[in-house]
Amino acid sequence: MLAEQDQFEAERSARMVKAVYVYEAPLRLWHWINALAITVLAITGYFIGLPLPSVPGEASDSFLMGYIRFAHFAAAYIFAIGFIGRLYWACVGNHHARQIFILPVWNMTWWSEVFYELRWYLFLVKEPKKYVGHNPLAQLMMFLFFTIGAVYMICTGFALYGEGLGEGSWASQMFGWVMTAVGGNSMQVHSWHRLGMWVTVSFAAVHIYAAIREDIMSRQSLISTMISGWRMFKD
Amino acid sequence: MFRRASAGGVNKTNEGDTPMTDTFYEVLRRQGITRRSFLKFCSLTATSLGLGSAFAPKIAHALETKPRTPVIWLHGLECTCCSESFIRSAHPLTKDVVLSMLSLDYDDTLMAAAGHQAEAILEEVKRKYKGNYILAVEGNPPLNEDGMFCIQSGRPFIEKLKETAADCKAIISWGSCASWGCVQAAKPNPTRATPVHKVIFDKPIIKVPGCPPIAEVMTAVVTYMLTFDKLPELDRQGRPKMFYGQRIHDKCYRRPHFDAGQFVEQWDDDQARMGYCLYKMGCKGPTTYNACSTVRWNEGVSFPIQSGHGCIGCSEDGFWDKGSFYDRVTDIKQFGVEANADTVGATAAGVVGASIAAHAAVTALARARQKTGIDTPKGED
Repeated sequence: MLAEQDQFEAERSARMVKAVYVYEAPLRLWHWINALAITVLAITGYFIGLPLPSVPGEASDSFLMGYIRFAHFAAAYIFAIGFIGRLYWACVGNHHARQIFILPVWNMTWWSEVFYELRWYLFLVKEPKKYVGHNPLAQLMMFLFFTIGAVYMICTGFALYGEGLGEGSWASQMFGWVMTAVGGNSMQVHSWHRLGMWVTVSFAAVHIYAAIREDIMSRQSLISTMISGWRMFKD
Repeated sequence: MFRRASAGGVNKTNEGDTPMTDTFYEVLRRQGITRRSFLKFCSLTATSLGLGSAFAPKIAHALETKPRTPVIWLHGLECTCCSESFIRSAHPLTKDVVLSMLSLDYDDTLMAAAGHQAEAILEEVKRKYKGNYILAVEGNPPLNEDGMFCIQSGRPFIEKLKETAADCKAIISWGSCASWGCVQAAKPNPTRATPVHKVIFDKPIIKVPGCPPIAEVMTAVVTYMLTFDKLPELDRQGRPKMFYGQRIHDKCYRRPHFDAGQFVEQWDDDQARMGYCLYKMGCKGPTTYNACSTVRWNEGVSFPIQSGHGCIGCSEDGFWDKGSFYDRVTDIKQFGVEANADTVGATAAGVVGASIAAHAAVTALARARQKTGIDTPKGED
């Protein structure tokens, strides 16, 4: 038997809560694998550029840099293959799966809602609009920083990887043009790839903050949605 | 008739107007080189070109039957370190062989002729061997002020280069100057020093970068071109794959220390004495394509990393403009300030983090102000 207060809340919720199935299982799985891969990539990548303090003893006894680089390359493969899988899912999944790849740039209403969301984040409006998928601002950010960012990191990353595999390797064949595009000196690609890491870290911070904040503030589920797939609207 | 420098500092004379029918072999024999020495040279060259022993007889045959190809060697804006390197080639005999077989008909550093006499030879080679000579360029033409920053025989070098290139068979860009522009093209490049491939577009160009390139690499490239009568296989940036196909890092003898995570942290520490990897000291081995870690320098004695200093990447495009030689994460000049990816990125990440914290605080305040307390029937509207 519920207390009077709880009973009221339960009835109220039962009346108000709506749920929509947004993110299908493969997409959710990809999201969390991707999150893990990015974490590994950022940490190992940082230590590839600025390695840990030297390991003592014989060189033959340690393989620290080797393991760090292995983790980086393995995570990079998972990230890149996952991205291809995600592209495939954008084709065959529901329409929410296409959001981060295609922007309705010709839709003026969409743009006005981007600015509406911006005003919401700047505390200029009291209530956010609710969306089943990404809100327009989130969609724009996802496209600019994740989709474009991922392509950028994959291209620069595999161009660098191709240097190790050597001339004529698949990575060199497919991504070697990046070297020429930046002027031929791969030092430049190292620097720009590292900058990409910082952009990704910044984006991840904003992404996580916005998800938690919206989960609380806009009275709809975000974090649990990426686990269960269901978007819950609380009122 | 003009003289050339050779092995023991002895100047040999050679007929400047040697007809095309003379073969390399005949020239060599005339200079007192034995057949045995000649064959040794052929097999050494085959090996250094990565061609295997089967190619030694082919090289020998080509040298015995082919007419010499005249080479014109021009000097633009440069420091002559390429020439200095070239004449110190270490393969036994190479100094003699290349300087003799390379019919270096015009090289203002090595030739005895000067002034009008020298220019006359240039004209003669261009006329006599039209479309059949190799043009080797050391240095590059400055284009600013109509090329006035490099004047030769009374006119801008760019004119001389274009005229000579017009009738050549192929061009060798010696060193980083001719290949990329090198130091004189460093920002802000006041003279607009421009690499050869950005001035000459209608001839095959082979780049042999380095400051200077390794002597054996230079002689081997020339030998390949003269014996096989074609350019060696080039990489995406126009460098011969056989010498520029791998990075210093890929064949560095200190590589095991890199993989183990053993680095020199300071120039005078124990790790430096133990010969650990120079990665943290800014070694550019991982981004530099050259043969230093395999061929080495000065008759295979050493190369920078072996001598305890990181590679500075002298054979890479714009190596002088890519930040410090002693940092691994180097400055990105595009930001206009001395900042590397970490400074820029960590600052951005910090600003984003601080913004998030501030935004969260404001959100919490705004929410606290709006908060109606426990949800009650009265609160519903």
